[in-house]
Amino acid sequence: MTGSVRNAAIALGAFALATTAVILSQTERPPMDSVQRGYRGTAMQEIYNPRFVQAELNANKVPLSLPRLPDAGAKAGVVYKNVKVLGDESVGNFTRLMASITTWVAPTQGCAYCHDVQNMAADTLYTKVVARRMIQMVQHVNSGWKSHVAETGVTCYTCHRGQPVPAQIWFNNPGPLQAGGMAQTPAGKNHPAAIANNSSLPFDPFTPFLEHDSNIRVVPQQALPGTDRQSIKQTEWTYSLMMHFSQSLGVNCTYCHNTRSFTDWTQSTPQRMTAWYGIRMVRDLNTNFLDPLASVFPPGRLGVQGDSPKVNCATCHNGVYKPLFGATMAKDFPELTRAQ
Amino acid sequence: MAMLSFEPKYRVRGGTLIGGDLFDFWVGPFYVGFFGVTTAFFSILGTALIFWGAAIGPTWNPWKINIAPPDISYGLALAPLAEGGLWQLITICAIGAFCSWALRQAEIARKLGMGMHVPFAFSFAILAYVTLEVFRPLLMGAWGFGFPYGIMSHLDWVSNTGYQYLHFHYNPAHMIAVSFFFTNCLALALHGSLVLSAANPPKGEPVKSAEQENAYFRDTIGYSIGTLGIHRLGLFLAVSASFWSAVCIIISGPFWSRGWPEWWSWWLNLPIWAH
Repeated sequence: MTGSVRNAAIALGAFALATTAVILSQTERPPMDSVQRGYRGTAMQEIYNPRFVQAELNANKVPLSLPRLPDAGAKAGVVYKNVKVLGDESVGNFTRLMASITTWVAPTQGCAYCHDVQNMAADTLYTKVVARRMIQMVQHVNSGWKSHVAETGVTCYTCHRGQPVPAQIWFNNPGPLQAGGMAQTPAGKNHPAAIANNSSLPFDPFTPFLEHDSNIRVVPQQALPGTDRQSIKQTEWTYSLMMHFSQSLGVNCTYCHNTRSFTDWTQSTPQRMTAWYGIRMVRDLNTNFLDPLASVFPPGRLGVQGDSPKVNCATCHNGVYKPLFGATMAKDFPELTRAQ
Repeated sequence: MAMLSFEPKYRVRGGTLIGGDLFDFWVGPFYVGFFGVTTAFFSILGTALIFWGAAIGPTWNPWKINIAPPDISYGLALAPLAEGGLWQLITICAIGAFCSWALRQAEIARKLGMGMHVPFAFSFAILAYVTLEVFRPLLMGAWGFGFPYGIMSHLDWVSNTGYQYLHFHYNPAHMIAVSFFFTNCLALALHGSLVLSAANPPKGEPVKSAEQENAYFRDTIGYSIGTLGIHRLGLFLAVSASFWSAVCIIISGPFWSRGWPEWWSWWLNLPIWAH
C-alpha cells in the first residue's frame, strides 16, 4: 500500500468510527416498556423508555385541592362587586377558587397578577378580563365537551401548571423570511418543525386545521386517478398535524390508527373518536374564546401577526395520553363544570 | 435424468461438513447431503405447521391467512399452539431450513473448490430474518414483536411498526439500507442489460467479448468496473442492503422509543447554524 492510500484509508476509518460514535451516543438502550393495543402480530404497540416515563410522572404531579366549604351563606355576586361569572357561588367557595387559581396560574405573582389590589373589583388589568373569559372557557369545556374530556374534565392547572402562560401555546406562524419572485416557495415546510418531531413537514398545521376547519382527510376514496384532488403536499400538512397529536400525547400513530387503513373507522381504536371530538373542541376554543381576546391582550402577548395565543393538543396533554395521567381535579371544583 | 456433458466432472465425492459419505449422493440433478435432508425436514414440517395454522384460522383465502406471534404478555415464554405457539414452532423450522440451506451451499462450494461467497451472501438474508424474528424480540422482551406469517398481515405489521416511530424514512440506517437496495437494483439493471446486449448481437455477427462490454461503459460513463468487478460490487451492494436493513430494525425499539425525525436533533443542534 502506498503512503497516500494508507493515509486515505486511515482517514476514512477515523471518519467511520466518528460517525458510529455520534450515532451510538444519540440512541437509547434496552430494556423498553411496551403496551399492546391491537390483535397480536399487528404491531399496534406503544413503546416507552422507562427512564423517560419516571420523569414524566414527576412532571405531572397534581397539586392538592383546598377542602371545599359548605355551599352556605351569602353569594359572591351579592357580597362582591363586578362578579360576572361566579356570582352564584358562596363567598367561601368563591374565595377558595380564587386562592386555587392563584396557586395554579400565578403562584409567585399572587392576587396582584390579575387584580388591582386597591380595588379588587376593577377590570383595569387585562389579565383579569382574560382570566374571566378563561373561567368561562373551562366551564364550557367541562359542560359542553364531555365527548372529549368525559367526567375527568379540566381545570386551569391542566394547562397552566403554575405558570401565567401555559408552556404549550401557539400562534399563526408565517415561517422564516422567504425569497421573493421566481425563487418563492411559500410551501410552509422544509424547515425543522418542532411541532412535528423536528421533521421537515409543514411547521404550522394548526392554522388550517385547529383554527380554521380545513379538511384533514386526504386518503383517496377511489383507486383510479381522475376526480380525486388529494395531493402529496396536502398529505404532508395532515401528516404534520398527526405528528403533533402523537408528540402531544406521547403515543405513536397506532394509538388511534391501524395504519393499514388510516381512514377506516372500523379498524381504528376508540381513542380516534375521542380525538375527533378533540379537534372540534380545540377549533371551538380557538375561534370562540381565544381569537376574540386579541383585542384584550397587550402586544407583547400576541403573535407576530397580531393573533392571540391559542391552544392545541399539547396545551392540555403535555406529552401524556391523558392530561395529568387522568387525574380528576375538576370534580373538586363543581363551579368549573357548571354550564353558563 | 440425463447428465449434461460436463456434469460428471463436478459430481465429485467428499467435501461434506457432517455425515461423511452417508448422504453424499444426488437425486436427479439435486445434491442431497446431510443438510439437504435437514432442509427438507424443516421446510416440510414448517409448511405443514403453516397449513395447520391456516386450518384452525378463519380463512383459506391465501391473501388473508395469518399465523401471528403470541401476545406481548407471554414475554419470551412458550405460548399455546393456537395463540402464537405455532408461530414459534414455524420460526424454529424456518431458521432450521435457512441455516441448513446455507450449510448445504457451503458443502457444494467445497466439492467444487469454490470460495464461500455464496453461503456468505445468503447468510446476510438469514441475518435480516433472524434479526426481525429473534434478536429484536429478545431485546424487546417478547416474541410478540416478531412479524406474523401471512401475505397481508406481515405487510400490516411493517406499516404499523414503521408508524410506531412516526416517520420511518428518518431512520438513518433505513436511509442507508434503501440507498443500497436502489443502488443494487441499478447495478443489476446496468449489468444485465450489458450482458444481454453483448450476448444478442445482430443477425450474422458473433457474440461480443468482455473487451467490447468494457468499451461500452468506458464510452458511456468513462469507466468500466470489469467482468469480475461487477460481481464483487453486486455482492457488496446486496450484502450491505441486507445488513443495514437488519440494523435499521434492531435500533427501532430496543435503541429508540420516539419518532425517528427527532433522532436528528443532534444535527439541528450542531454549532454551525446561524440561529
